[in-house]
Amino acid sequence: MTAPAHDFDADIIVVGAGPAGSCAAIAAAREGKSVILVERGPFPGSKNMYGGVVYPRILDELIPSWWETMPVQRWVVKRSTMLLSDTGALNVDFRANAWGAPPYNGATAYRPDFDNWLANHAVAAGARLVCSTTVTGLLRDSHGRIEGVSTDRPDGDLRAPIVIACDGVNSFLAKESGLYPHTDASNFTLGVKETLALPKHVIDERFGVRDNQGVDIEILGGTSGVNGGGFIYTNLDTVALGVVLKLPKLAAQQKRPEQIIAELKRHPAVAPLIEGAEVKEYSAHVIPEAGLEMMPTMVADGMLVAGDAAALCLAAGIWLEGVNFAMASGMYAGQAAAEAITKNDVSSRGLSGYTDRLEKTFVLRDHKKLRKVPHLVLSDRVQHKYPAFVAGVVERVFRVDNPHPKPGVRRIVREERKKAGIGLLDLLRDGWTGMRGFG
Amino acid sequence: MSHTARIERDNAWPEISFEERIGTAEFRIHEKAHITVNGDSCRGCTTRECVVACPANLFVPTSDGGILFNYENCFECGTCYLVCNKEGAISWTYPEGGYGIVFHRT
Ligand SMILES: Cc1cc2nc3c(=O)[nH]c(=O)nc-3n(C[C@H](O)[C@H](O)[C@H](O)COP(=O)(O)OP(=O)(O)OC[C@H]3O[C@@H](n4cnc5c(N)ncnc54)[C@H](O)[C@@H]3O)c2cc1C
Ligand code: SF4
Ligand code: SF4
Repeated sequence: MTAPAHDFDADIIVVGAGPAGSCAAIAAAREGKSVILVERGPFPGSKNMYGGVVYPRILDELIPSWWETMPVQRWVVKRSTMLLSDTGALNVDFRANAWGAPPYNGATAYRPDFDNWLANHAVAAGARLVCSTTVTGLLRDSHGRIEGVSTDRPDGDLRAPIVIACDGVNSFLAKESGLYPHTDASNFTLGVKETLALPKHVIDERFGVRDNQGVDIEILGGTSGVNGGGFIYTNLDTVALGVVLKLPKLAAQQKRPEQIIAELKRHPAVAPLIEGAEVKEYSAHVIPEAGLEMMPTMVADGMLVAGDAAALCLAAGIWLEGVNFAMASGMYAGQAAAEAITKNDVSSRGLSGYTDRLEKTFVLRDHKKLRKVPHLVLSDRVQHKYPAFVAGVVERVFRVDNPHPKPGVRRIVREERKKAGIGLLDLLRDGWTGMRGFG
Repeated sequence: MSHTARIERDNAWPEISFEERIGTAEFRIHEKAHITVNGDSCRGCTTRECVVACPANLFVPTSDGGILFNYENCFECGTCYLVCNKEGAISWTYPEGGYGIVFHRT
């Protein structure tokens, strides 16, 4: 490992030991750089909450055979999308038992376990992990160049030529450095979640899985009229159930988040899955929801921003992926930072290897491809009219109304569309945006 | 299932109280408040976004038109400062390192 220049404590300071920060630290330490990883929680993951599924394929690069040691609850072999109207539900299921065997696809995991495991890999790679320490701001030299961070520890200044901000959705570091032009509440959703205890065999039976197989359900509708969505994930002996709610919409009505969860739990399609379960832990966290439209500048002289701090979370209806985007962007930031130290150029030009990597990989390509989807999924029509419309159509297609003959599907669609108050042009336009957006 | 049986089943599954709900999370409370709310700004606020949106229900309207705020059982989510439209009403920081919310099974 290279010794940092005399007045520096390290080559690179990484703020936040979430998935982005730990992968940044692993990548930079593997390149032989000295790294300090600062976390405000008493242990990595203690502050972090999410829905429940990690897609760790990107870890193949940093931790080969990660699945042998990763703290997994269940391997996801079934993905469902549930469209809820007031009383009905349309389920689209996909099952792939192959995902339950190496090299796997996605897994449910508790963040305190997962983040801790990942941070341990950073330590094993040579990074210094400092917990229970809140970073309070950036340090700058007499020329205004970033040269580290201040913390709430006595004599807590930490100096380094590069700071990687992996401090999550509220990123005060990115804001302090002026990388975020403004913060708009409509770009964020609040996620609230109940971890519900049920015996393992009950979960296996209700969700149609066995051993360590798990299920990932994304829900559209069922959020009491507040734009957002829901999710249900199976752990070994708990079920994670929650809702994500668009902030301005939540704030502009009368139902509190826990009441919206309670209504989702009472929905006839949801209640049988979780009946009798006891709330083990209640939790809340904010999600950067607007993708490309809210992303900050990610590189400044002496600084990189990765993960949720850079709004890299992909929240687009049937996908809610943030951990893999955080791990990838963190890894690329760590690699680019190491390169810049080697080249002895920590200016934004010297650090531009970071954005090059983001542009070339799924991190920004997925965001670009799906740039219109988050807004479409959270739009009023998709939220308030389509679930009832689709459920109405399907209900009538399957209803047997003898002695009446079956009505034509085209007629049902027309009638249900009118009943739901959806204009034909709007339907076509949304369909087109959806097809192009998801395509 | 008969109609009455259905109702009995719903009743047999009561919602927990908010205190019990918050009691499932661990908060390591520091003596210093990490969030403070400026009562004067709140007195003139008619929209009260924080009251319905704070997942920990920490903003309580008082009878004299103010807001009572207690930082202790806070998830550190950021919702309140994001939804509050009044400049200077909320001053928001993270708690001292090692303190505040500690998740275990999320
Ligand atoms: C309800 C909900 C459901 C979700 N579901 C999923 C899902 O199923 N799958 C998925 O992949 N993603 C999901 N996400 C998104 C995912 O959780 C995030 O995208 C991911 O955690 C981002 O990782 P990160 O490392 O960038 O940030 P974080 O995980 O937020 O980590 C940031 C770290 O920085 C630390 N920190 C912050 N400020 C400071 C400071 N000043 N000093 C020191 N340390 C600091 C924090 O304590 C934390 O450990 C969900 C999110 C929510 C809220
Ligand atoms: S905190 Fe903001 S939103 Fe809440 S009452 Fe005060 S001014 Fe209004
Ligand atoms: S940060 Fe979240 S939990 Fe804490 S007071 Fe604000 S809204 Fe409530």
